Amino acid sequence: MKIVELKNLVKIYDDSEVKVKAVDNINLSFEEGDFAAIVGPSGSGKTTLLNLLGGLDTPTEGEIVVNGTDIGDLSSSELINFRLQNIGFVFQAYNLIPVLTAKENVEFIMELQGKKRKERSQRSMELLSAVGLKERVHSRPSRLSGGQQQRVAVARALASKPKFVLADEPTANLDSKSTETLLDIMEKLNKEEKITFIFSTHDQRVVKKAHRVITVEDGHVVSDEKRK
Amino acid sequence: MIWSVSWRNVWRNKTRSMVIITAIALGVFAGVYTIAFMFGWINQRINAVINTEISHIQVHHPEYIETNDAHDYIPDIKTIQSAAENKTQVKAASSRVLSTCMISSAETGSGLQLVGINPEKEQQVTNLHEKLIEGNYFEETKKNQLVIGKKLADKLKVKLRSKVVVTLTEMDGTLTGGAFRITGIYQTANSEYDERKAFVRASDLKNLIKIDENAGHELAILLNENNMEQKVADQLKAEFSNLEVMSWLEIMPDMKMMNESMNLMMYIFVVIILLALGFGIVNTMLMVILERIKEIGMLMAIGMNKVRIFTMIVLETIYLSLTGGVIGIALAVVLTAITGKTGLNLSLWAEGLNSLGFDAVIYPEIGFDAVIVVTLLVILTGVIAAIYPARKAIKLKPADALRIEM
Repeated sequence: MKIVELKNLVKIYDDSEVKVKAVDNINLSFEEGDFAAIVGPSGSGKTTLLNLLGGLDTPTEGEIVVNGTDIGDLSSSELINFRLQNIGFVFQAYNLIPVLTAKENVEFIMELQGKKRKERSQRSMELLSAVGLKERVHSRPSRLSGGQQQRVAVARALASKPKFVLADEPTANLDSKSTETLLDIMEKLNKEEKITFIFSTHDQRVVKKAHRVITVEDGHVVSDEKRK
Repeated sequence: MIWSVSWRNVWRNKTRSMVIITAIALGVFAGVYTIAFMFGWINQRINAVINTEISHIQVHHPEYIETNDAHDYIPDIKTIQSAAENKTQVKAASSRVLSTCMISSAETGSGLQLVGINPEKEQQVTNLHEKLIEGNYFEETKKNQLVIGKKLADKLKVKLRSKVVVTLTEMDGTLTGGAFRITGIYQTANSEYDERKAFVRASDLKNLIKIDENAGHELAILLNENNMEQKVADQLKAEFSNLEVMSWLEIMPDMKMMNESMNLMMYIFVVIILLALGFGIVNTMLMVILERIKEIGMLMAIGMNKVRIFTMIVLETIYLSLTGGVIGIALAVVLTAITGKTGLNLSLWAEGLNSLGFDAVIYPEIGFDAVIVVTLLVILTGVIAAIYPARKAIKLKPADALRIEM
């Protein structure tokens, strides 16, 4: 089942002096359960593509249809709510809320959704257990390693029960062991819970694990390889 | 959780928060303590006006205030006194006979107003008997006793038991005089009052100026509580429309104006302090936003809407302001409680203060309403100071904010 579809997507950055076509007429779709990596050299447009997919940026032309909704038609406040309900984010620098514990970080997004305390608590415990951090639920991010923080970020991304999770260079700041653990967890969640992950990455370890690799160069999709 | 996140955010950079909290606390402390000082100062003067000089209400012949003429008297002042005393709001009333006269000692002379009183009644209305620094308050049975102010005693170079001669006019205009012995010397905070007023028994003065036994020039009325004077005065005005009934605020409109303008000035003073602090808070919050651009971008990305982000920053600013404000108010209240008992001795400036009618020892005091007003002003400062930084935060675009390298 298609959950995201990009149609004739164009993104031009125009700062009055220079016009940059970061995404140039991309047509792409993602199915439920995809475990896809968007790869390409720096400046190829993969982060822009990810931002467009996540509704963090608006396209100059074309459509982004998520679950039947063209997110280009949404106002900025509708878009924020759309992201809250439909998209999970994992960032390169983890970006957890430093004053909250791991559990509170996971619960925070559910509170934004208006979920009840009991449900929040139960789901955050389940997710933190799933990412192997059951013992660290009350630790603040500063007390966690980079790998552990990124696992909390994954738990947070899944807390809102999103249609798909966007992960921008999720392993860029992690050592090999943490990367392996993180990727194993995400792969397991993908396999067992059918959660769709879309990565942008340079990391060959991620590329190796990905079931689908989309290569972007100069704003174009130059290859789209499905492995499994 | 936004409340909790905002509170915890305040303590992320403890040093910076403590600096701004200390600045707010000091500013609010200075503002509140100044209010307490001024309230104490003004209230002492008002209490002196009510309890020593004027009482809550005075009744005169309609012309007397203008003319100060002894012929403008109330023929049956006892009836008015009884009517006043029958009112539940009235604590006591004292009738007086007044005469402008010359007082002479062996050394020199001075003009003054001689006040003929019934000491027993007068003690229930004024506290002059508590202001005696020498002698007694008409305790002797002898005739022609005189209680004068210290400033007048110094001016006349007389002491207790000294004899002075009072020269005045009888009701028929004949010049007359009487010899009085000084049996008491008083001192109030108002040196001009001390110089201009001397007290004798009403019977002695009535004999001297030959006025009717039931007549009097002034009825001073003390009420059971403040702020009732206008209501009671209006009732008496309705009952005795042929007389002039005035509350102390009407007799001394300058006091009313001073009281009101001082209140206004104090709040302006606090607002200026808070305005200055407000800019400090804006600066701090702008730094906070700058430091947390990426985090705010992340919050927007994961679905925190602008209203919530705005609220989070406003709450953070209010917590910052309120923490400093509460500390400042608490310090000021404690110091007010201490100095309200011990008093602040300004005797270095006693002469100047006394000449204006003010006491040289100030007892600061602060009302609950002033504390509430200052607290609300602190919160308002926090809210206003938060608007600009919070607007900056919500204008961020998540994609741009996340891209920024800190």
